[in-house]
Parts: sequence; C-alpha cells; structure tokens
Amino acid sequence: MTETSKTSNYENTFQEEEHIAHIVPWQVLLYVWAVLMVLTYFTVLAVKFNLGALNLWIAMGIATLKATLVALYFMHLRYERAFYSFVFIASLFFVLLFVGLALMDTISYHPELIPGYAPGVGQ
Amino acid sequence: MKGAENVHGGHGQHAHLAHHFTSLKQQYESTKLGMWLFLITEVLLFGGLFVAYSVYRANHPEIFIYGHKYLDTRLGAINTVILICSSLTIALGVRCAQLGQRGLLILFLALTILGGLGFLGIKYVEYEQKWKHGLLWGKLYKPQAHSEREMNSVESIENPENRDTATTNSIPLGNAQTASEANNGADTSLEQTQSTGIIVEATSRTNLNQAETQGHSPESATIEDKPKNVQLFFAVYFAMTGLHGLHVLIGIIAISVILVMAVKGKFSPMNFTAVDLTGLYWHLVDLIWIYLFPLFYLIH
Repeated sequence: MTETSKTSNYENTFQEEEHIAHIVPWQVLLYVWAVLMVLTYFTVLAVKFNLGALNLWIAMGIATLKATLVALYFMHLRYERAFYSFVFIASLFFVLLFVGLALMDTISYHPELIPGYAPGVGQ
Repeated sequence: MKGAENVHGGHGQHAHLAHHFTSLKQQYESTKLGMWLFLITEVLLFGGLFVAYSVYRANHPEIFIYGHKYLDTRLGAINTVILICSSLTIALGVRCAQLGQRGLLILFLALTILGGLGFLGIKYVEYEQKWKHGLLWGKLYKPQAHSEREMNSVESIENPENRDTATTNSIPLGNAQTASEANNGADTSLEQTQSTGIIVEATSRTNLNQAETQGHSPESATIEDKPKNVQLFFAVYFAMTGLHGLHVLIGIIAISVILVMAVKGKFSPMNFTAVDLTGLYWHLVDLIWIYLFPLFYLIH
C-alpha cells in the first residue's frame, strides 16, 4: 500500500482497526486558525469603542466563539463521540453556576460596601 | 497514555493494544475519556480563580480599570497570537501523527515548543516589569512613583533610558498623613481615610520618610483618582496568569517528551494517542488564555 492510498483509507473508512479517529483536513485547521486570528483582532479593536457594559459582553462573546472553534476543530470535539462534549460542557456549566451564584451573592451585599474597600482586606 | 504503549505479547493482538481492551478504537476512546475527565478538573481548578476575579471585579470595578493600565495590551495580544499559532501547529502535528508522517510531526512539535517558550519569554518580560515597579500582590504592592507616570506610555516602560530619567525626575510625595497611616497598618478610622480621599498605600520607605519630613505636599495631586487596594488586581492577575504560565511550562515539558518519542519513531497511525492527548492539554491551555486575555488586558 502506498502512502497516499493509506491516507485516504484512514480518512474514509470506519472499519474497526483501520480507523481509530477522525483525521481533520489541514485546510480546515488553517481556516479555523485564520478565523481565530480575525476574532483576536476584533476583540482588541472592540475595546477602543466605549460601549459601556456592552464591552465586557462583546469581549466574552468573542472569547466564547474562539473557545468553541478551538474545542470543535482543534480538539476534535465535532468529530468525536458526543459524550466528550457532554463531559466538557458539563464542567463549563458548573463553572458558570459557581461564578453566577457567587456574583448573585456578592452583588446582594453591594449597598453595604464601603467604596474602595475589599472584603477581607485589612488596612 | 501508558496503556497505549503497553505491549502484551502472546495474545495475538495488536502490539499497542492492552489486553483488557477489545479493540484499538475502544482503547483510544477510553484513554481519551480519561483525558477529558482530567481536563474538566483543570477547568474547575481555574473556575475557582474565575470566581475570585468575578467577585472582586463586580465589587471593585475601579480597581480593575486602574490596574489594567499597567498591563501592556500589545504584549498580551502577541501572546494570544503565539498561543493560537501553537495550537494550530500541534493540531497539525496530531494530524501528521495520525497519518504516520514522522518528519512533519517532529517539525510541528518543535514549532509548538517554540511557541510555548516564546509565550513564557514574553510573560517573563511582563512579570519583570511589574516586579521592578513593585506592582505585586498584597503587602508586596509598593508602586514606585515613576511607574505611575509611565503607565500611560508603554514606550517609556520598554525603553531603559526613559525609565532612568523618569526615576530621577519624579520624587513621589503622597499625602504624608495618610501614607503613614496606611504603612503603620494601624486601625485607621474609616472616616479619616475616606475624607482624605487619596490614599498612598505603599510608597516605598524612603519616599515615606521624605513625605514625613516635608509634611503635606500639594504634589499628592499627581496620584489622583487612584483607587485603594490596587494590590487586589495584581493578586488576581498573578494568581491566574501564574497558574496559566505553570500550565504552559508543563505543556512544554509534555510536548518535549512527545518530541523525543517521535524522534525515536514510537508513533504510528495505530499508536498516536499520546500525541493526541498532549494536544488536547495544549488546546485547553490556549482556551484558558483566550479568556484571560480580554479579562485582564482589555478592560474598558
């Protein structure tokens, strides 16, 4: 078997022992990389506009888009068993829960805060 | 990772298949699930730090807006680009391992290591600047007055000559009363410190002495609208980027091991799991930085 026929064999067949995992075409990887670069440029650009609270959401939105691309293509989640994605998304869900509940708690104490003072920091 | 390399002779099985798996595919998927489980523990590890960041920023946005001006957005952006590029190279490396292209695999692994080293190099430059200017966490936060002036001009930070002139021509003079109060660490009454407005928490000891001898000085106006407890920003900054940097270092070591194995020709289209898992780890490090970059460098 020549190298090229071997390659196409791995990419196309789903037979046991022949195919262990999906092989992502290099064009896809390069394309994803280019999109990540453009998004990085956008996120640096976006900070120059004063949009108030929207700035943080735009930055987080772009970061999440980039993270999704990395996870789907570089980390092969799109091509692998859905269970890995489930495991990963579950961890993100719990981090969000952690952050969200902590924020809800701390924001409820905002009126009692003395400006400039941090909780647990002595002077 | 080790399981994939176990060789159990005499079973009539593939050389890379451990005897408790029925097929290479099953072995690959089990190993991969283990790696993903490890990765979620990493996500949760950083999750705690993200909570710390969120709570502090929600309570004290002014500290973060002030503190982030000390960070060099350009260096942060360069590091982001470096990490994304190294993610690409290791993804290409995994592909080469799957296809059995040993030469290209070695090339891409080496490029990834270079990217990681570049990232750490830039991180070192950033940390060194902050170390020099006393921009650290907790009680180590002792900002030099010249760094206050330099913070708006990145060029002067990077240019040693400018830095020297800035050091000589700026004598930091805070409000002597508040400075001594803050440095004594005594129980200062809140009304007093709040009414003075400007707090110079951590002028260096010599500066403090000067301030004490000269009494109240109008020059304290140069440190205007500086929020209190800026050291909080640097504590969170160093904790998060430090832990991330440690992960980059571990990633470099792991990829180096893989590189040595690749040079020895240990990988084949039937046995590339170790490369794949190391790639996953590296991508996770990239993922975390994708969030850290806007959270620290791009605060509006």
